[in-house]
Amino acid sequence: MARVLINLPSQAKRGEIIEIKTLIAHPMESGYRLDNTGAAIPRDIINRFVCTYNGEEVFSAELFPAIAANPFIAFSTVATESGELVFAWTDDHGKTQTEVRQIIVE
Amino acid sequence: MRGLPLPALIVAAMATAAAETAPEAQRSGYDFAGREIRAMQDDDTTNPGMLWVMQGETLWAKKTGAADRSCADCHGDARISMKGAAARYPAFDAALDRPVDLEQRINQCRTERQHAQSLAWESEDLLALTAFVAHQSRGVPIAVRTDEQLRPFFALGNELFHRREGQLNLSCSQCHDDNWGKRLAGSVIPQGHPTGYPLYRLEWQSLGSLQRRLRNCMIGVRAAPYEYSAPEAVALELYLMERASGMPIETPAVRP
Repeated sequence: MARVLINLPSQAKRGEIIEIKTLIAHPMESGYRLDNTGAAIPRDIINRFVCTYNGEEVFSAELFPAIAANPFIAFSTVATESGELVFAWTDDHGKTQTEVRQIIVE
Repeated sequence: MRGLPLPALIVAAMATAAAETAPEAQRSGYDFAGREIRAMQDDDTTNPGMLWVMQGETLWAKKTGAADRSCADCHGDARISMKGAAARYPAFDAALDRPVDLEQRINQCRTERQHAQSLAWESEDLLALTAFVAHQSRGVPIAVRTDEQLRPFFALGNELFHRREGQLNLSCSQCHDDNWGKRLAGSVIPQGHPTGYPLYRLEWQSLGSLQRRLRNCMIGVRAAPYEYSAPEAVALELYLMERASGMPIETPAVRP
């Protein structure tokens, strides 16, 4: 499990625009670098990020080799109702890391 | 022969120049960084160094080694027990009769108290533990001791800081005392204060130790860098910390 930092308000007013900031530990190896012996280091990046809010996709991103290690993604959404936000990062090996955060909307 | 030989005069003059850097003129690398990098460091939810601090917090509580003991079993809550520790390192170790830096102290604890294997320099776990411990001193002013026992090591660090080295024949002092604030190619030369280590360098895309940074600089002037844990490296760390006396610890800092 990679280390993840997610920042979003735990409470919000209905209709309020909330900012969500995410940071995940990942080498984002581009596939273009060589190791000490001259052999190519295989590509290993997170290629997709999706955030769903009560099951509905509110933000997604495709990531490419030029994106730096430990990608930071910030976006905003409208607080519609109480529930959970699910964050999912998928890497080149097809593995997905999922984190869940609750939000209370009044 | 008239008076002192020339090299001795130069060394004496440089030592005086270095001593003249007044505390109010001290600038952290933070002050030379751009607005975006400063913002990244200031917000714990955007500071990538916090990923290592988080990992360090987990390791602090994890039992390890033949003794099956965690850091917390002896030291308790790091927020209390480790507050200010990083501001005092490198510190004198009576058994070894020489100063040790924070990384070496953590490894000493691991081998002697936890009976675990020492962690490799720049390994994720050692960086994480060091960052977690040093993070507890954020805001604490640097105050290393330079008493009788440490004086020879401090003197060595002072000498190394002012010694010209490498194919470019440059000393640390020529950039970081005499020319800070000017540019080396596109980058501003900072004063070289070790306030935020281990720190996240965008160039490294990772956290790194002060010793890694020193090795970088030495490779930059095309000198043979000190091995990790070399007595010279620790002496230089001690000198740099004394030189930064009174400046607050920023760990984990973010730098370009």
